[in-house]
Amino acid sequence: MAEYVLETKGLGISFGGLHAAQDVNIRIKKNQIYGLIGPNGAGKTTIFNLLTCVYKPTAGTFYLGGEEMKGLTPDKINQKGIARTFQNIRLFNNMTVVRNVMVGLHNRPEYKCSVLESVLRLPRHFKMEKQMREKAKELLRIFDLEQERNSLACNLPYGKQRKLEIARALATNPKILLLDEPAAGMNPHETEDLAKTIRFIRDHFDMTILLIEHDMGFVSELCDELTVLSFGTVLAQGETKTVLQDPKVIKAYIGG
Amino acid sequence: MRLGKIKINHYINYLLIGVLTIVLGSITLAGGKFDNSLLFLLEKMGFNIILAVSLSLVVGFLGELSLGHAGFMCVGAYLGGKVAALLVPSLGNGLITFSIALLAGAAAAAICGVIIGIPALRLRGDYLAIVTLAFGEIVKSLFQNTSDESFGGTLGLETPRFDRNYLFIIAFVLVLITLAVVQNYIRSKHGRAVTAIRDNEIAARATGINVTKYKLLTFILSAAFAGVAGVLYSYSNYRVQSAKFGYNYSIEILVMVVLGGMGNINGSIIAAVLITWLNTWLPTKLTGDLAVLQNLLYALILIVIVIYNNAPGLKGFRDKYNFGALAKKLIMRKVDPSRINDDKAKWDVVPTKISMDEILSVDMKQQEVYTDRKRGGKD
Amino acid sequence: MEEILSTLINGLSLGGIYAMIALGYTMVYGIAKMLNFAHGDVIMVGGYLIYVFMATNNPLLAILLACIGCVILGVCIEKIAYKPLRGASPLAVLITAIGVSYLLQSLAQIVFGSASKMVTVYEFGSVQLLGCTIQVSSLVTLAVTVAVMVALTMFVKYTRMGRAMIAVSEDKSAAQLMGINVDRIIMVTFAIGSALAALAGLFYLLKAPNVFNTMGAMPGIKAFTAAVIGGIGSIPGAMLGGILLGMVESVSYKITAIAPYTDAIEFTILIVILLVRPTGFLGKKRREKV
Repeated sequence: MAEYVLETKGLGISFGGLHAAQDVNIRIKKNQIYGLIGPNGAGKTTIFNLLTCVYKPTAGTFYLGGEEMKGLTPDKINQKGIARTFQNIRLFNNMTVVRNVMVGLHNRPEYKCSVLESVLRLPRHFKMEKQMREKAKELLRIFDLEQERNSLACNLPYGKQRKLEIARALATNPKILLLDEPAAGMNPHETEDLAKTIRFIRDHFDMTILLIEHDMGFVSELCDELTVLSFGTVLAQGETKTVLQDPKVIKAYIGG
Repeated sequence: MRLGKIKINHYINYLLIGVLTIVLGSITLAGGKFDNSLLFLLEKMGFNIILAVSLSLVVGFLGELSLGHAGFMCVGAYLGGKVAALLVPSLGNGLITFSIALLAGAAAAAICGVIIGIPALRLRGDYLAIVTLAFGEIVKSLFQNTSDESFGGTLGLETPRFDRNYLFIIAFVLVLITLAVVQNYIRSKHGRAVTAIRDNEIAARATGINVTKYKLLTFILSAAFAGVAGVLYSYSNYRVQSAKFGYNYSIEILVMVVLGGMGNINGSIIAAVLITWLNTWLPTKLTGDLAVLQNLLYALILIVIVIYNNAPGLKGFRDKYNFGALAKKLIMRKVDPSRINDDKAKWDVVPTKISMDEILSVDMKQQEVYTDRKRGGKD
Repeated sequence: MEEILSTLINGLSLGGIYAMIALGYTMVYGIAKMLNFAHGDVIMVGGYLIYVFMATNNPLLAILLACIGCVILGVCIEKIAYKPLRGASPLAVLITAIGVSYLLQSLAQIVFGSASKMVTVYEFGSVQLLGCTIQVSSLVTLAVTVAVMVALTMFVKYTRMGRAMIAVSEDKSAAQLMGINVDRIIMVTFAIGSALAALAGLFYLLKAPNVFNTMGAMPGIKAFTAAVIGGIGSIPGAMLGGILLGMVESVSYKITAIAPYTDAIEFTILIVILLVRPTGFLGKKRREKV
C-alpha cells in the first residue's frame, strides 16, 4: 500500500506554449483535508481537470494509491476512485434529486445489473433499483436533502445544489473527493455548515478530500495541508499555518 | 401492488393497445372482416408508433436531434423485404419468413445505427443533426441507384405482402414489444444514465457514466426499431421505394415526437396515431392546391409547440397554463411533494433547457489575460 | 482538354452559388450560433420575388427589390421564430428552424402553386475561351461572390458593427456587458444573410431559369456542407468550401460511373470531414470549459 492516496509528479500542462500548470507536486495522505489555493487564474481548476483526465497533461504524471492514472478517460478515472464537483454547479437539472444520486451509484459493483436484465425486467432489476433508491436516500439524509428528494435538481436553492453535487460525487464511492470551490456564493452561516459537513464526510466515509477555495477563513479552519499556486506554479506548500504565514503567499494574495 | 397515478401512466399504453389488439384481433380471427382502408390505416399507425417511440429515444431522452430516422427505416424495409422475397419460395409467406425478415431488417438498421452512433460520440447538436440528415440522403441515394435485380433501382423493390386481414395484429404486437423494450430501457438505471448524459454530459462523465456505451446503445436501439418499422412497411406495401424515405418523412416522425412532447412516450404514441390519421383523412378533404395546407399545419405545429415549450420568456405563462397544472386545478387536490412516493417521480419530464454550456475557450483567454497582467506588473 | 476546362469552369460557377449560400450560413451560425435551416428557403423566396418583380422589366430593380424583400423576411423570421428561443436549448432552436423552412415552402406553394415558373433575368450570352464555351453568367457569379466575400471580410474587420459582431460571436453575455446591443447585431446578421440568400437566388436563376417551392432545400443543405468543410464561422472558409463542393459536384457529374451517386459522395465528404476535422479547413477550435 502506497503511503499517499494521491500523488502528482511534475504534473503540468501548456496550452499553445502557455504554461497553465507547471511542475506541480502534491502528496495527499489518507484522511487528509488538503487545500489548493491561489489567486484567480492560478491554475487550480486546471489541476482538477488534469486529475480527472478532462485534460491530458503535457508533462508529468499522477498516481492514485500508487497506481499510475495518466491517460484514462474521465469516466474510467471516476471508476478508479476520483470523484469531483464543479465550480459552476453541474447537476442533472431535469432529473429528480434522488435520481441524481442514483446516477452516482450507477457503477458500483454491488448494484450491477445488465441492460438485458433491465429490459427483460428480471427480479434482479427490481432488487437493484430498490437497493439503489435506499442507498441514495441514506446519502441524501446525511446531506439533509431527503425532504426534497422528489423535486427537480434545478429547483433546489443554491446551497442545496452544492450539497447535492457532493452527495452525487460521494455516491460513486471514491477514494478521494475533489471539491471545486464548495463554499463559493455561500453566506457565513452556510459556509460554517459546509465545513461541518466536509469534516463529517471525512470521518464518516473515511474519505480523503482535496479542495479549492478562496475563503481564507474556511481554508485555515478546515485544511490540514495546503498548496498555494500562482501562475501555474507552486508558490508554497506544507502545513496550513506555516503556509499562510509565508511572506510569498501573503504577497501573492495582497498583491505586490 | 400500488396503482398510483403515474404507475397507471406507465402502463396505460400497454393496456389500451393490448385491449385494442385483442378485440380487433379476435374479431378478425373469428372470421370478421374490416374495411381494407381501415386495415391499411391500422398498419400505418403501427409502424408510425414504432418510429415515433424509437425516435423519441434519441431526441427526447438522449437529447440529440436525428433527421435521418426514415433512413434507418429505409434500410430495414429494403433488407427485410429482400430477405422475405428470397425466402418466400422455400419457406412460404408465413410467420417464419416474416420473423427472419424482421430480424434481418432490424439487424441491418442496427448496424447503420452503429455507423451513425460513432459520429454522435464526437459531435453534438447541429453538427450531429446534419450528419443524420446526410445519412438519410445517402441511404436514399444508394438504394435508388441499385440494379434492377438487387434492389430494384428507382422503380423500387417488389416485396411479398401479408394477408391484410392479419398484418395489423402483427403490427400491434410489434408495437407492444417496442414499447416494452424502450420503456424498460428508459425506466432503468441505464435509462437514467442516458438522461444524465442529456442533461449534462461533462457531469455524467465525471460521475463515471460510460458515455460511449450509452450513446451507441441508444442509437442502435433506436435504429433497430426503425428497421422493424421498415420491415412492417415492406409487408404492408407492394413496393418499397427509397424516394418515400427522404428528409420529409424523417421530419414527419420528428413532428410526432415534438407534438407528443419530447421525452413523453405516451404523447408520442398519441401524436403518431393522430398524424397518421390526419395523413389519410386530410388528403380526402384538401384536394388539388389545398393539399399543401397539410404541410403548413405540420410546420406550424413544430414552430408553435417548440416555442411554447422552450421559450425562456414564456416560462411564467407555461407554469400557469400547462396540462399538469390545469388538471391539478380541476381535481383540486394539493400534493405535498415530500409525500409523493418515489415511484411516482417523473420519468417523463420534458426538458425545458438542455444545458449545453456555451462552448468557449475561456480557459485559454483567462490565461492570456493573466500573463498580460503579470508582464504589466514587472514593468 | 476542352471538356476538363468546361467541367472546371462549371464547377467554379456552381461553387460560386454554394459559396454565396454558405456565406449566409456561416455569418448566421458564427454570430447567432444557430443552424438556420430556413436559409435555403429564403433563397427560394428570393427567386420568387425576382420572378414577381421582373414584371417591372428592369432586372436591376427586380434584384434590388428581391433583396429588400428577403431582408425583411429574414428579420421577421428572426424576430418571430428565433428570438423568443434565445437562451433555450439548441435542439429547440433547430427544430423551430426546420419548422420555418417547411412553413416557407408550403406558403410559397400556396401563393405560387406547385408548378415551377420560368424566369429569365438577363441573357449574358457566352464567350469562347481556349476552344470551349463559357457562360458569362458563370463568370459574373464568381466575380460577385468574390467581391461579396472581400466586402464581408472588410466589414467584419474594419467597421464598428463588424467588430461588435465578432464580440457577439465570441461571447454573447460579455458583449452585452460591454454595451453591445446583441439583439440588434443578430438582427443585422440575419439581414445580411438574407440579402446574400436573395443574391444566391439570382445566381441560381441565371444557371437554371426555374423557380419552384423546394428549389432552396437541397442547395441549402449542400451549402451548409460547404460551410462546414471550410470551417463554420469563417468567411474565407465558406468561399473555399463552396468552390470545393462545386468542383466535386461538377467532376462527379462528368464521370458516368459515379454520376448518380453525386449527392451521396458530397454527403459522405461532409461526414468524413466532420469526423476527422470538425472545425473544417479554416475554422477555429473551440473548447468546452469545465
